[in-house]
Amino acid sequence: MAEVTLSNIRKVYPGGVEAVKAINFAIPDGGFCVLVGPSGCGKSTLLRMLAGLETITEGECRIGGRVVNDVEPADRDIAMVFQNYALYPHMSVYNNMAYGLRNRKTPEDEIARRVAAAAKILAIEPLLERKPKALSGGQRQRVAMGRAIVRQPQVFLFDEPLSNLDAKLRVHMRVEIKKLHNTLKVTSVYVTHDQVEAMTLADMIVVMSAGKVEQIGTPADVYSRPESVFVATFIGSPAMNLVKGVVSAPGMVQLADTMVACSTGSVATGTAVLVGIRPDEVVLGAAGTHRTAVNFVEELGPSRLYHSTFGGEDFVIQAPPKSADPKAESLAFDIPHHAVHLFDAASGRRIG
Amino acid sequence: MEKRTVFAGYSLPALLLVPQLLITIVFFYMPAGQAMWQSFQIEDAFGTTTIFVGFENYRELFKKPEYYKAMGTTLVFSTAVAFLSLSISLLLATMANKQIRGATAYKTLLIWPYAVAPAIAGVLWLFMFQPSMGMVSKALKSAGVDWNPTLNGNHAMLLVIMAATWKQISYNFLFFLAGLQSIPHSLIEASAIDGARPMRRFWTIIFPLLSPTTFFLIVVNITYVFFDTFGIIDAMTGGGPAKATETLVYKVFADGRLGGDLGGSAAQSVILMIMVIAMTAFQFKYIERKVSY
Repeated sequence: MAEVTLSNIRKVYPGGVEAVKAINFAIPDGGFCVLVGPSGCGKSTLLRMLAGLETITEGECRIGGRVVNDVEPADRDIAMVFQNYALYPHMSVYNNMAYGLRNRKTPEDEIARRVAAAAKILAIEPLLERKPKALSGGQRQRVAMGRAIVRQPQVFLFDEPLSNLDAKLRVHMRVEIKKLHNTLKVTSVYVTHDQVEAMTLADMIVVMSAGKVEQIGTPADVYSRPESVFVATFIGSPAMNLVKGVVSAPGMVQLADTMVACSTGSVATGTAVLVGIRPDEVVLGAAGTHRTAVNFVEELGPSRLYHSTFGGEDFVIQAPPKSADPKAESLAFDIPHHAVHLFDAASGRRIG
Repeated sequence: MEKRTVFAGYSLPALLLVPQLLITIVFFYMPAGQAMWQSFQIEDAFGTTTIFVGFENYRELFKKPEYYKAMGTTLVFSTAVAFLSLSISLLLATMANKQIRGATAYKTLLIWPYAVAPAIAGVLWLFMFQPSMGMVSKALKSAGVDWNPTLNGNHAMLLVIMAATWKQISYNFLFFLAGLQSIPHSLIEASAIDGARPMRRFWTIIFPLLSPTTFFLIVVNITYVFFDTFGIIDAMTGGGPAKATETLVYKVFADGRLGGDLGGSAAQSVILMIMVIAMTAFQFKYIERKVSY
C-alpha cells in the first residue's frame, strides 16, 4: 500500500499535442481516487503514465515515496484492470491469475493459495480451469480483477473497467469494486467518464477537462460546491441550470427578466455572472416568488422534470411527483439562497 | 452478418463452377492421373514400346540407395530452409512491429524478394557465390575459406539453403507481421505490468498467440521447400555436385527428363503427391481446430 503523488505532470505527444497539462495531486494511502472527465480530457493518459505505459514528459510521479518516472511498469508494484480486460486468451483462468506471480518467481504453493483466496472473494472458483473465451463479460471482468488482486500490489489502476458491461451488470460490479476496496484497502486510481461511477466509488474525485484538473474533492464537495462551470454541468444529472446575470446590488442578481436573491459575498456590484441552480434544489410552492410557464414534462418515476424558461434561459425543475400537477401549465417556485452558485461569466470559476 | 446466396436450381451454380473445375481437371487431375498410370508402366528409351508392370517401378525405387540419399538431402534441405526462413522472418516481423522510423520503407523492402522468380533468385546467389568471380566468394577466399560450391557438396547445399531461405522470408514476414498486428496491444501491456520482461513476454504471450500463423506457415513452407525450390536448385547446382543437392522433386525431373526413366520418375511423383496430400489433410484438421486457443 502506498501514497501516490503527482507533481507537475505533463504529457506532450510528438507533434506537440499537450494531452496533460501540469497536474498536481496526491492520493493518500488506501484512498480511492476517480479521474473523471469527458473523452479526450487526458484522464486515461494520466493513468497510463502512472502505470508506466506512457512516458512522462515532465514532472514527477511518486508511488510510496519512490520516484517512478523511469521505472518499468513491472517494477512499479502496480496492477491494472483494462477496459477490454486483456485476459490472455491461451491461458486458463487460473494461469491468467498466476502469470504475474510466476513472472516474479513466487513459489507454486503460494500461487495456489493466493489464487484460491482471490477466486473465493470474487466467486469465480468454478471457473478456474476455463479459458477466457468460455466466460461471460461479467466473469471476465472478475478474472481481470482477480489477476490484479493476487499480485497484492501497492496500487490498483482501473481503466474504465465497467464500460463494456451492460447497465445492470455495471451497477452490480460497481458495488463489488467498492466492497473489494473496503476489504483490501489498497490505494486505487479509477478512470471513468461516468459520473455516477465517479460519485459512488470515489473518496476523492479529480474532475478533468482538456488536460487540466478542474476540481479535486470528495464526491459531496464536488457536487455541492463545484469550482467551475465545467464541473457544475458535468457532475449531476440532470445538469445544473445556468442563467446569465449581473450582480445588481449586494445580495441581488439581475437576470434578463427577473431578479434572484442570494448571498453575493465579496462579488463587486456590476460583475457579469452565471447563476447556477440544481434542478432538484428548486422549491415548488403556490406562494413562490417566481413563476414560469412549463414547456413540457418528463416523467422519471421517483421525480418529474419540468422544462421551462427562467431568466431567458432553458430551466429544468426536478420535483417529487406529489409536489405539483403533472399537467401544470405554469409553476410557482422559490430558490433558496444556499442553492445558488455564482460563477464568473468570463473565467467560469466559482465566485460565490 | 453472414451473407448467403440461395440458388433456385442447379444449372446456374453448376455453370459458375465449370471454369474452376475445368482448370482443376485439365491441369491437376489429368496430369496426376497420367503420372499414376505411367508409374505402373515401363517405356523403352525411345518411347516406342510401353509395358504394364504393376508396382515394379515402386519396388525398384525403394531398392535404390540414391532414392534414400535424395530423401536425406530433402530432409536436411527442407528442415534448414523452413527453420531458418521462419525464425528470421519472425525476428524481422517482431522488429518491424515496433514503432520505428522508416517502418514502411523497411516493410516494403522486405517484401520485394518474394516478387523475384525462383530461377532468377538462384542465378543472383549463384553470381554472388561463383567460386572465381563472385564477390562473396572473393571475400571468403581472402578470409581464408576455400569456398567452392561447384566441387564441395556441403558448400552447394549451404548455397541453395541460403537462396531458398532468402526467397521465402518475405512471404513468412508478411504473415507474421499480420499475425503480430492482430494481437491486442493491451495484452502486451498487461503482461508488462504483470512483470514479464520483453523476452519472456515474447515466449509466454506473443509466440503462443501467433501459433495459428506459425502452424499455417510451417505447412506452407514445407510444401514450398519440397516443390517450389526446384527452380533455385536447377539454376544454381543442377542437383550437383555429385547429387549433393538433389532433392526428391529434383530427382523426379533428373530421372524422368534427363535419365529417360519415365516410369520410375512417375512413381516418385506419385509418392510426393501422397506426401503433400497427407500434409494438407493434416493442416486442415488442425487449422480448423484453431491450434491452442
